[in-house]
Amino acid sequence: MIVRWLLLILGGVLLGGIVHLATVIILPRTATQDAYARLSPIAPVNTVVALPSPTPAKAVMPFMDPAFASAVCRYDLSRGPLKLTVPVSPAYTSVSFYTRYDVAYYAINDRAAGRRVIELDLMTTAQHDQVPEDEEVTAADRLIVESPTLTGVIAIRAMAPEPGLLRVAEGAVAASRCSTQQPEPPPRPAARPPEPVRPRK
Amino acid sequence: MRLLFGTLFGLAVAAVVGLGLTYYALTHGAAFGGLTIDSWTAWPKSGTTDADPYARASIARSGRLPTAMGDGVSFTLTSDDDGKTLDGRCEVVLSGVTPTARFWTLTLYNPDGGLVANSTNRYGFTSQEIVRRSDGAFEIVMAPRANPGNWLPTGGVERYELVLRLYDTAVGVSTKAGREVPMPDVATRSCP
Repeated sequence: MIVRWLLLILGGVLLGGIVHLATVIILPRTATQDAYARLSPIAPVNTVVALPSPTPAKAVMPFMDPAFASAVCRYDLSRGPLKLTVPVSPAYTSVSFYTRYDVAYYAINDRAAGRRVIELDLMTTAQHDQVPEDEEVTAADRLIVESPTLTGVIAIRAMAPEPGLLRVAEGAVAASRCSTQQPEPPPRPAARPPEPVRPRK
Repeated sequence: MRLLFGTLFGLAVAAVVGLGLTYYALTHGAAFGGLTIDSWTAWPKSGTTDADPYARASIARSGRLPTAMGDGVSFTLTSDDDGKTLDGRCEVVLSGVTPTARFWTLTLYNPDGGLVANSTNRYGFTSQEIVRRSDGAFEIVMAPRANPGNWLPTGGVERYELVLRLYDTAVGVSTKAGREVPMPDVATRSCP
């Protein structure tokens, strides 16, 4: 009788191990309150949306850094690659890329970008393969990032080293743009002096 | 009948063990590849595509976006150097130097990752804000009441966490805990 119960417990524990591993692996796909789900109602697809600074009463996500002004671009690459432009703020600016399941797959900061404006193209591997090679050569200074998933989130963050500089950081973040590319991009309006117009084929 | 009871019992054990382990692992921050220096712990791999299933599950459950590699690395502290849980009613002193980074921020959160309300609206410090000694070392005091110098109000909460984020730093996946990465010391000075 006791042996029977022990066997049942042992079997239960073994099965419990499988249940444990299965739930851990499935959890990210079933989570209803993950970062992507929290951002979905406030962030339309393929648009930069500034996030309110976290306060004790309200924060979009937990563990946000209050010293940063942040914005997100929730993207969907099913209609083509995405073009991202982020002006660099005086202190520190970073752009981090996350998949639909909140896995960070790429990040770049202002120093690594080495320019006044971080400019890059986000596309899937399949879309990257379709880019004509000669175009890729001519546009060697264009940074291309491959997204492992069709959808995901880009987090744009600019630091305010002291509270008084938060406005400046917010301004830099608010001036960021993300949009799906047109096949032939229209010439840029002349009303944006800080951005040098580069010839493009 | 006995077979039915036996099966149900076995399944119940499986459910309790399996879900219990998952809950425990995710609430206690179990993930592989943690980098522990003194009392500080970081999971640099959680900010990469190499993040293990535990890290992914814990990120999804908490609802945060992890600090990505290439942006920086976050160290979390829940207890002082003597192993005493950080208590907002006590006076806790953080002193020393930080690893090399272009910028860093230190933020005080409640265990759920929310900011702690206080009268001065100060939730943390950045590397540019703190007052340092002539040798570059600094001291930050976490206390419920105002303190001279770098005072980080705790709001008198029972438990809190400190997160030290290093931005644009060489500290990362390949870092070994050791002398090359000096983390600030944390000590509880007085408790009511």
